[in-house]
Amino acid sequence: MKATADIAPGQTFGSVTDKIADIVLTRRTPLTWFAVMYVAVLLVGLFVIAVSWLLYKGVGVWGIKIPVAWGFAITNFVWWIGIGHAGTLISAILLLLNQKWRNSINRFAEAMTLFAVACAGVFPLLHLGRPWLFYWLFPYPNTMNIQPQFRSPLVWDVFAVSTYATVSLLFWYLGLLPDLAAFRDRAKSSVVYKTYGVLSLGWRGTSNEWTYHRTASLLLAGLATPLVLSVHTVVSFDFTISILPGWHSTIFPPYFVAGAIYSGFAMVLVLAIPIRTVYGLKGLITERHLENSAKVMLATGLIVAYAYMIEPFTAWYGGNEYEMYAFWNRAFGPYWWAFLLNVTCNVFIPQVLWFRSIRRNTVALFAVSLTILYGMWLERYVIIITSLHRDFLPSSWGQFSGTFWDHATFYGTIGLFLFLFLLFIRFLPMISIYEVRELVHETVRDNR
Amino acid sequence: MSTEYWRSLEPSLPTPDHGPDEVDGSTRREILRRMAASLSLAGLVGCTKQPTETIVPYVRPPEEAVPGTVLYFATAVTSAGPAQGVLVESHEGRPTKVEGNPDHPASLGATDVISQASVLSLYDPDRLQSIRGPQGNATWADFEIVLNRLMDAHTADGGGRVRILSRTVYSPTLGAQMHTLLTRLPNARWIQYDSAGPHSERAGSQLAFGQYLNSYYNLDAAQVIVALDSDFLACGPASTRYAHDFAARRRVRGSQTGMNRLYSVEASMTSTGGKADNRWPLRPSQIESFAEELAAALGVSGAAPGAPSGIDARALASIVADIRQSREHSVVIPGESASPRVHALAHAINTVIAAPVVYTAPIEAHPQDQIGALRTLTDEMNGGHVGLLFIVGGNPVYDAAADLDFAAAMQKVAQRIYMTEHNNETAVYSTWLVPESHSLETWSDTRAFDGTVSIVQPLIAPLYESRSAHELLAAMMGESLTAYQIVRAYWTSQKPSDDFEQWWRKSVHDGLVAGSALPAVTAPAIRTIPARATSQTSGLQIQFRPDPYILDGRFANNGWLQELPRPMTKLTWDNAALLSPRTATQLGLRNHQVAEIEHRGRKVEAAVWVAPGQADDTVVLNLGFGRTRAGRTGTGAGFDAGKLRFSDTMWHASGITLRNTGREYPLATTQMHHSMEGRDIVISEPVGTYISNSDFVHERTKEPGPRLTLYKPWDYTGYAWGMAIDQTACVNCNACVIACQAENNIPVVGKDQVLAQRYMHWLRVDTYFKGSSDNPSAHYQPLPCMQCENAPCELVCPTQATNHSRDGLNDMVYNRCVGTRYCSNNCPYKVRRFNFLLYSDWQTPTLKMQRNPDVTVRSRGVMEKCTYCVQRIREAEIRARRENRSIRDGEVVTACAQVCPTQSIIFGNINDRQSKVAQTKGEKLNYSLLAELNTRPRTTYLAELRNPNPEIPA
Repeated sequence: MKATADIAPGQTFGSVTDKIADIVLTRRTPLTWFAVMYVAVLLVGLFVIAVSWLLYKGVGVWGIKIPVAWGFAITNFVWWIGIGHAGTLISAILLLLNQKWRNSINRFAEAMTLFAVACAGVFPLLHLGRPWLFYWLFPYPNTMNIQPQFRSPLVWDVFAVSTYATVSLLFWYLGLLPDLAAFRDRAKSSVVYKTYGVLSLGWRGTSNEWTYHRTASLLLAGLATPLVLSVHTVVSFDFTISILPGWHSTIFPPYFVAGAIYSGFAMVLVLAIPIRTVYGLKGLITERHLENSAKVMLATGLIVAYAYMIEPFTAWYGGNEYEMYAFWNRAFGPYWWAFLLNVTCNVFIPQVLWFRSIRRNTVALFAVSLTILYGMWLERYVIIITSLHRDFLPSSWGQFSGTFWDHATFYGTIGLFLFLFLLFIRFLPMISIYEVRELVHETVRDNR
Repeated sequence: MSTEYWRSLEPSLPTPDHGPDEVDGSTRREILRRMAASLSLAGLVGCTKQPTETIVPYVRPPEEAVPGTVLYFATAVTSAGPAQGVLVESHEGRPTKVEGNPDHPASLGATDVISQASVLSLYDPDRLQSIRGPQGNATWADFEIVLNRLMDAHTADGGGRVRILSRTVYSPTLGAQMHTLLTRLPNARWIQYDSAGPHSERAGSQLAFGQYLNSYYNLDAAQVIVALDSDFLACGPASTRYAHDFAARRRVRGSQTGMNRLYSVEASMTSTGGKADNRWPLRPSQIESFAEELAAALGVSGAAPGAPSGIDARALASIVADIRQSREHSVVIPGESASPRVHALAHAINTVIAAPVVYTAPIEAHPQDQIGALRTLTDEMNGGHVGLLFIVGGNPVYDAAADLDFAAAMQKVAQRIYMTEHNNETAVYSTWLVPESHSLETWSDTRAFDGTVSIVQPLIAPLYESRSAHELLAAMMGESLTAYQIVRAYWTSQKPSDDFEQWWRKSVHDGLVAGSALPAVTAPAIRTIPARATSQTSGLQIQFRPDPYILDGRFANNGWLQELPRPMTKLTWDNAALLSPRTATQLGLRNHQVAEIEHRGRKVEAAVWVAPGQADDTVVLNLGFGRTRAGRTGTGAGFDAGKLRFSDTMWHASGITLRNTGREYPLATTQMHHSMEGRDIVISEPVGTYISNSDFVHERTKEPGPRLTLYKPWDYTGYAWGMAIDQTACVNCNACVIACQAENNIPVVGKDQVLAQRYMHWLRVDTYFKGSSDNPSAHYQPLPCMQCENAPCELVCPTQATNHSRDGLNDMVYNRCVGTRYCSNNCPYKVRRFNFLLYSDWQTPTLKMQRNPDVTVRSRGVMEKCTYCVQRIREAEIRARRENRSIRDGEVVTACAQVCPTQSIIFGNINDRQSKVAQTKGEKLNYSLLAELNTRPRTTYLAELRNPNPEIPA
């Protein structure tokens, strides 16, 4: 019963390859693609302008100030990094857990991870006062014999994120190899032939190659699995290591990981739902995929909701006046609207996912996913801003709001993400051909 | 294999017949020719010509000038009126920083805000730089020719059509020059005018004694002080001295618990009022009533209470009892914004209670009724009786009373010669402009509040083609003399003795003439003080106050002063119509809303600021803002209160109306939240609490034990620098903030950046209010970097840009900072400042001259913060090491501690048990701010003690 719904019945090896490869190689690019690309390019243009202005003038073009020295940049960083997590979860953990249904969504989920990490990586760099000196955060031999300070969570971030980016890239590319070879074999022009030929690194599909490929995939999956938990844990250390009320909390690591997966699956759905419609891939990305993703969201969303409840409880139970004030201020202070929106988007609205009818309604699911994405961005905004803007001494309290350039940089990275993702679906197999073919095999077996 | 390797290299080796002269078929000469041609072409293309600079080495180096070492010269700052004696730090001929002169009575080693900022005014790039005549730029020689011709033309009628308008003259030499000139031109007139000068004080003296007398208070002998609308701790020529003496009598240490008591009635809360032990917000008319009530209660003959002041009779009785009990140790201090009658009543009260007031002859060279004199002058000008007008300093077009319409009157004068530092509002209406030298550029002399004479010596040759008032006056008399010759000649005539040279050298060196304070005189009997003219006491009243920093607007172009937060409102870059919370609610006005204030048909728009502790139905508006030609910094800042000032209502007026325009104007403040939120930030208690339980501070704070950490504590051998701040002594004068700015090259960021909460002051003075907003108590807390031993900022920096030094400083390495700002986020005191944009001025040449060469000028993208003036510590260390000794207590003083008039900031080595700072930290009042965070700050505070009258309910 389980396996039958992984892909629609009636698929053959040939039909799977045709369906996926034709999108890139033969079918006309749909108008929707161009329309979205248009928006993406506009946003990338905005991004370029925003970053140029930022580099020219300094981080003062943003709304950050003393006391709120971190604003949109860190919010965006955490948000994007979190989104990436779903891709790794799908490709690595579900692979190890032998969840076959993942096969038709893992490829673009991995691509999503990669592009999200790229967008995330932009922010820690840009937010520096002197971004041209970013490499001082890396340990490297230098004549002055100065090394980064390893007690700082920002240095841990550097390692966590760069490891994550590297492993994600390798894993993704490794999975692409057989499919690139399939593209090469179906190429009709020499340019296409040569391009995919080079990219596929001479994959011939021998059984030896398949053996090694499978071993390498499992090994990388094993490597990537702890990263799903560790990367966002380290990111959460940026906050927990500090002494700021509202940040200094031991619940952050699990809470952040759950939130990351939560938002990541929301992004998977936001991407998958239009793609399967536009490209007619409903047979490969079935309702079962959507439903499973929705269930993961429901589960992680409940963890997040639990964290929302337990944080103020701990503050109250701990009896620390600063902590208590921080959480009172979060809910009822000047940013009450952000907190209320955040809870509405992340806790209240997603409860509709308890209903199967919603989980199987693509429009509703799409809307809920967007809501969650927005809610998760707000969550980081609320954590960062409300904790910073009123800390220990009331004399230094202040208000924060993003400037035009704050927004421009953020929307710019959304454009960048879309741009990269559209290129990906145009030129690369957005669904793993060989892994879906494994499902065909199983479908046939089951039918037998 | 190896043979082939060598063979393959062979062809490229030079051979004897393929000489190095010929490369690529060209000869060596050809190559050189081409190189020369391309070089000259390159020279043509890149045609940015470097300016020619000549370097002239010293033939005979000036005595004592060793490059890299600092010299101090004694002089006096005169820009605010009477002198404050100072020592000016000079780096290779550039004055960079002003310090107080410990020998000077108005300084005692400290300075006020204005003296600190005077060095920036010197380097103000907007100063008038050359003489301008009707035909444009001119030379001094051109001017002298014109001047001689004009003076000749006016000699015939004895100068009957010549008028000289100057600021109040405190310089004996300039006064003597004026008198000489007036003897030569007997029909000429000399008018002095300072819009924010002591008009009421002079008029009050006339009312009380029938003559002009200078008075000052010996606060070191005052046990009970009643301030009548007086901000004597922070404003005025003797404020630094008063603050010192006031604080000295409030220093509770160990078992010594004596404290003076300050009562204050005032319209708007000032630094002084915030310090008061009992305070009442009263409208200007009520303040006069209160003075009457007090005078009557104390038995001043002829005094009778008029309209009730609104102060509870029992409270008044308690004050009177308090004064009676201390008798000759009580004093009543009227403020300038109080009416002349209040001044006269205060004189009467002080006489009755034998208060520690000293009366002397006036310190002004020629006291006069300035407002009357100015009115006469404008009448004469309007009547066409003036042909030649000299304006020596001042800015009458901007600050003359509005009803006099000085600009219109001025245009009826044929020749208008204006000596000025700036091309300002008055300059527009002048025919000749003569740049005036800054007081750090010229010789002069001046008197302090008690008459003590200081010889002003220049620290630098005039930066521009400027002259001093002395030189202008000499030129008017046809003499071509330098200021030095003039001042010296005057004193030669005053001190005719054979050891003049020695006397002169000593006086110049010391920064004051020994024994020159004016002798105390016995005040004549108090005259009958006239009854109060029935003036309207209901309705909305307005009070004008000189701005505490830019005064009457003369310092409007000084960025340090503009950006220095006003003590109570923390406003920068603007004045505001201050309203009490209740009045604002009644009028439906909020902060930032623009109100139109109307007074006798004249209207001014000003943004509203709701000020706690302000009297109801009273608008308070600071002077000095709304300048239209102040320079790049000051033009357009704030609202011109002067347009509502009439010559008969210079300080306050009633019957004004206020209308909400519905528009908003952003006011930039550095502190938005003035409530302590119930946290123990400034611990403040009546002194009685301390007497009954001296451990109350330690019982309230949660200082964690040393065993809270797993790590071994760092052992500070050698020096351990620390600071103690006495919150009882702090009077919120903000001198520390600006001294820090001057010492540490802290940039001015501008109003928009203050609005964005990015001001850069390393040290701030937080003002908190407690109690009802109608009349709260105010608490001041100077907050530099705490230099925590467990600094939260240090461990979060990814690049190790902030580290701990072995003597316990939390050092900031600008070069290593990449600007993650995590340190600021993790700083519980939020004392770190970030260069969000390029704030330091790297362009303006004169501003570069002001910089302290011992301190890095920071660039964009780096974090900075208070360093405990590490440059001073290291300098002292080097000096001590060279002399093979250890640093003595008091040898290293931070800029803030040095400037503090009340000595509320104490700095030193806490490892030295005998040091003043270690002793202070040993007091039971000592506590660490946010001690429970276990940051172990090196900066600690002494809890604030107050001495309210226990018989008056709070």
